[in-house]
Amino acid sequence: MSNTVLVRATNLSRYYSQTCAVDDVSFELARGDVLGFLGPNGAGKSSTMQMLTGNLAPTTGGVEITGIDLLEAPKRAKREIGYLPEQPPVYRELTVDEYLAYCARLNRIAPGQQRAAVDTAKQRCGLTGVGRRLIGNLSKGYQQRVGIAQAIIHVPAVVILDEPTVGLDPIQIREIRDLIRELGRDHGIILSTHILPEVQATCNRVQIIHRGQLVYSDTLSGLEQQRRATSLLVHFNNQPDAEALQHIPGIERIESLKDGRWRLYFAGDDPSEVVVERAVQRGWRLSEISAERSTLEQVFIELTAGDPATRHDEAAA
Amino acid sequence: MIFSIAARELRSLFLSPLAWAMLAVTQFILAFQFLSYIEHFIELQPQLAALEGAPGIADLIIAPLYADAAVVMLLITPLITMRVLSEERRSSTLSLLFSAPVSMTEITLGKYLGVLGYFIVLLGLLTLMPLALLAGSTLDLGKLVTCTLGLFLVLSAFAAIGVYLSSLTRQPTVAAVTTFGLLLLLWIIDRSASVPEGGVNVLGYLSMLSHYDPLLKGLVNSTDISYYLLVVVLFLGFTVRRLDAMRLQN
Repeated sequence: MSNTVLVRATNLSRYYSQTCAVDDVSFELARGDVLGFLGPNGAGKSSTMQMLTGNLAPTTGGVEITGIDLLEAPKRAKREIGYLPEQPPVYRELTVDEYLAYCARLNRIAPGQQRAAVDTAKQRCGLTGVGRRLIGNLSKGYQQRVGIAQAIIHVPAVVILDEPTVGLDPIQIREIRDLIRELGRDHGIILSTHILPEVQATCNRVQIIHRGQLVYSDTLSGLEQQRRATSLLVHFNNQPDAEALQHIPGIERIESLKDGRWRLYFAGDDPSEVVVERAVQRGWRLSEISAERSTLEQVFIELTAGDPATRHDEAAA
Repeated sequence: MIFSIAARELRSLFLSPLAWAMLAVTQFILAFQFLSYIEHFIELQPQLAALEGAPGIADLIIAPLYADAAVVMLLITPLITMRVLSEERRSSTLSLLFSAPVSMTEITLGKYLGVLGYFIVLLGLLTLMPLALLAGSTLDLGKLVTCTLGLFLVLSAFAAIGVYLSSLTRQPTVAAVTTFGLLLLLWIIDRSASVPEGGVNVLGYLSMLSHYDPLLKGLVNSTDISYYLLVVVLFLGFTVRRLDAMRLQN
């Protein structure tokens, strides 16, 4: 069961009149995957999620949920989806209990099990104490939790969360992340966010979408590898001359930093050993050496920036 | 499923003071009319007693009361139906229904039945007034039934039109104004009908009023009933199409 494909999106595209919001996106989600969907504002994250949940019809392409075509058999496919949109879809005039009972009925949970489903969802999202309160009177964080409870109440195979931790306090964020990891054990989860540490904390797969296209898709460990060091930061008490540093084998380029330190760029294997050896031989009195890793943030920026149109889009969005 | 949606709709309606205020105001106005018709009837009673085949309570009290009721409903329907779908779009709760395993038809019917449920409460309260006359007089129950049926059909048509117009916009007030406009137009459309000799009165046929009058007089025509059913089916069909189209355009 561990490798069942839960979501298969094939060549999804979506145009808003002439504007292309999502351009030929294809991916799969397996059971046990927690997929982080990253992208700058207006990149097409929300549009993609709306297409996966049947809230938006794709211009071309198809979506299969647990092998059921979403466009051909929407009712059967939607039983396996739980969706939290950007704005939690809650009725402010209902109490938490009433609202979740309604969601249980909407998702066709058998009448005898509805109460249990509501209780489980409440417990999982930390809502046990607020069952009788009006949703409109709850704080943003609690409303967000109600939104998540709504998405998982029918124990769907796929849970799709659009920026689930927005507006939560740090403790709540941690709880929600724990919840997502826990859910990820036997569900497939797609999580959109632009908070990068969140992806590192919860996901095992990452996709970056930029201007409607998937520009990066890999496992988190693959990303870690991509993040391997490409430069060394060194400091010598006896300043060597640039020429000598440049000639150390493996070093491609050097850069002198203001505080007297050097940044040595390299390609291929980490040349730290060679650098240390050379420093000892020449008596440069090495006092500091550290490998600089590119952060997820840098990968993200590399993939999505350097394109003036991005900032333009953002301003428009 | 349809009934869960309808029940939620009805519950939300009654959680807002608007629905209660509307019930109270309607009941007050109609009770006032009811009493004035009774007074009128009592004044006329000596003369009526002398007449052969004189109009009875049903003709002099119930029929005009139900005719008034339809006009009052025409005014309040837009206020009840305006939020049905536009509010859901505005507060983006529609995606809850869209991502649940329910079809657009079920959503539409659920919403519609919720509104209709409210109207049935209104109708029930109204019908209590003529029923109270049973205590002191003989009442033509057959005519009371046709009047109630007539008003029910009118309200069904009103609700369907209101639900459709509410699906067209995110602004409840716009939905209310357009619903009011369309209902009023359909109510008075036969006024402009000057029919040439032997011609067909198309505008007269479209008018809601011209299909309501026979029922108030106690005549049940299948044409009149089909007219209201057609309006309901047509506008609910439009609503289903409209919800489908929302996913396409957005």
